[in-house]
Amino acid sequence: MEQSRRKVLKAGAALAVAAGLPVRAARAQQNVVKIGMSMPQTGSLGAGGQAALVALRLWVDDVNAKGGLLNRKVEFIAYDDQTNPANVPGIYTKLLDVDKVDLIIAPYGTVPTAPLMPMAKQRNLLVMGNFSFQVNAKVKHDMWFNNAPWNDASSWSDGFFANGKRVGAKSVAFLAADQEFAQNLANGARALAKKDGLKTVYDQNYPPTTTDFSSLIRAIRASKPDMVFVMSYPNDSVAIVRAVNEIGVGSGVKMFGGGMVGLQFTPNMVNLGSLLNGIVNYNSYVPGMRYPGIEDFLARYSKRAVEAKVDPLGFYLPPFNYAIGQMLEQAIRAVNSFEHGKIAQYLHGNEMKTVVGPIKYGKDGEWANPRVVQAQFRGIKDKDMDQWRRPGKQVVLFPEQYKTGDLVQPFEKARG
Amino acid sequence: MFFSWDLLFEALMFGVLLGCFYAAVSIGLSVSFGLLDVPHVAHPAVMVLGSYCTYLLASYGWDPLVAGTVLMAPFFVLGMLIYRFYYETFEKRGTEAGVRGLAFFFGVAFIIEVGLIMVFGVDQRTVNAPYIGDSLRLGDYRIPHRMIVAFGVALVLTFTLSAYLSKTFTGRAIKAVAQDEPALRLMGANPVRIKQWAFGIATAASALAGAMLIIVGPVEPAIDRLYIGRTFAIVVLAGLGSMTGTLAAGLILGIAESIVLMFFGASWAPAVAFGILLLVLGVRPQGLFGR
Repeated sequence: MEQSRRKVLKAGAALAVAAGLPVRAARAQQNVVKIGMSMPQTGSLGAGGQAALVALRLWVDDVNAKGGLLNRKVEFIAYDDQTNPANVPGIYTKLLDVDKVDLIIAPYGTVPTAPLMPMAKQRNLLVMGNFSFQVNAKVKHDMWFNNAPWNDASSWSDGFFANGKRVGAKSVAFLAADQEFAQNLANGARALAKKDGLKTVYDQNYPPTTTDFSSLIRAIRASKPDMVFVMSYPNDSVAIVRAVNEIGVGSGVKMFGGGMVGLQFTPNMVNLGSLLNGIVNYNSYVPGMRYPGIEDFLARYSKRAVEAKVDPLGFYLPPFNYAIGQMLEQAIRAVNSFEHGKIAQYLHGNEMKTVVGPIKYGKDGEWANPRVVQAQFRGIKDKDMDQWRRPGKQVVLFPEQYKTGDLVQPFEKARG
Repeated sequence: MFFSWDLLFEALMFGVLLGCFYAAVSIGLSVSFGLLDVPHVAHPAVMVLGSYCTYLLASYGWDPLVAGTVLMAPFFVLGMLIYRFYYETFEKRGTEAGVRGLAFFFGVAFIIEVGLIMVFGVDQRTVNAPYIGDSLRLGDYRIPHRMIVAFGVALVLTFTLSAYLSKTFTGRAIKAVAQDEPALRLMGANPVRIKQWAFGIATAASALAGAMLIIVGPVEPAIDRLYIGRTFAIVVLAGLGSMTGTLAAGLILGIAESIVLMFFGASWAPAVAFGILLLVLGVRPQGLFGR
């Protein structure tokens, strides 16, 4: 009898402890709001990804210093996907089912983001996009919000083609990496070329494993185009710029560049130096563009970036990643809830105030008013990092409201 | 598709230069995997380590080519240490050593990659030298100087290693250990020491190949992954352990890639290169120069 009473007491105590655990866990959950993401921290997009993380962590510290979101501290979780899209679904499954995050942010880049989209739509999740291009064009997820300053397939390249048209270009050569981002961009650029009546004299996709671009640049030179539109990833972009310097693209080329990812990253800009002169390439922000809070953000970012050994200037991605945090903060405070549907509804219906200017979303979750900058590198010197902080080294040709100069052409002349 | 004899000539020329570069980055593996039968999948990672050491010395004003040559000595010692560890931990313990050794070398590659990220970050690194960024102009032809350097280094590495393996006592012992290890043991030589020495040579060659890698293009810590398939393909195509075969296989892949890049769909370039490998192995399973 004594034995069985003890057993009952023990079982009762165990049940009481067990019943208390979820309550305690739930209380702990209530004190924090978890935001999670997969981010390329190694591999070809690793440099950009790590810089973006510095900005996101800066926002987390800022918002926690103000007491958090709806009185809950923000806990930020980021896993490295190694720029390998195959890792992305597993990482988000862990974030959602094991880490139990409340909100998710997409990884930087088109290729890593693409595998997240079906999962996000299936689970009806709010996704803050991170500089991906056209990943929602076919999925049509209504809770997708991209932080990048473009929208449809042609919005990235229309500034390049508008300038080409202005200087009388009649033909174009395309060189594109054989992967999701570059192909999406190429489709938009080809449509624009067709609309503008440009003759395509060369159109080549190259595999991401390409080591040396001399053969491809020589083939472009042989095709004698007026414009060369390049869509490349960071490692390729640096190799292409070098090959152009060595092989040359021909005296008839008026414009070269367009969609080269990586020429916005400080280490590449400093390493390539004067080899960049004359190239017209897209960008998201260049010194001289003024938005409330941008300069303060860049100064604070720069300090942390140096400690973290990442892009010390951080013009390209970091402000837009900080803007992701600002948009979430604004929407969550406004709707007083972490419900994805309510936040999405707010983001669709309101203009967001960020360090990269006001952002208004279209139905597809892309910017209603795109503003992809096409800028020409001018007067760049070798081994001088400070020059990049000054306006004028990247002369804005497009859009009109930010324009700081006209295109210098032909390309060979602009290279100085 | 544009075709002209001029373009074809240039495609061949770029192909020869690219092929020699491929041979330079594969020659160390030709010794470690081809001759010693060690599943050295960390070969490209060691090479990238060589690139970063070159970068470090170049930041103090060293010429990258000189830096790569000087680095061969410490890399030789590093190679001997790696092999000794591999031998004591895996090879000595039996026939399953190959599979476990594969895991070991994957581990070495991973440690090198993560170590480089921790020390240098994930940004791309490049070096500057008078022969980087300019080209030799012959009429309308332009040949990048950096590729000419890679061409020269590949030739020097290949013929020096070939001569060493066939003309010196230790070189012949290395070949012997590849062919019949028990026979070498019966003759009183210590095969482990010979293999350790040979692995040191392979690693020293990787240091110079690493210098070539950063001369030819920018490097980042994970770039070794691009070279695992390519270097093993070249060594297998050459016929395991053949130095001149490695040069020939590199040239075949380089020329095929260059012609496909210039005249056909560039996306087909890797498929054509590996198609050649399959075709050759179908006809000669021992590789082009294998016995």
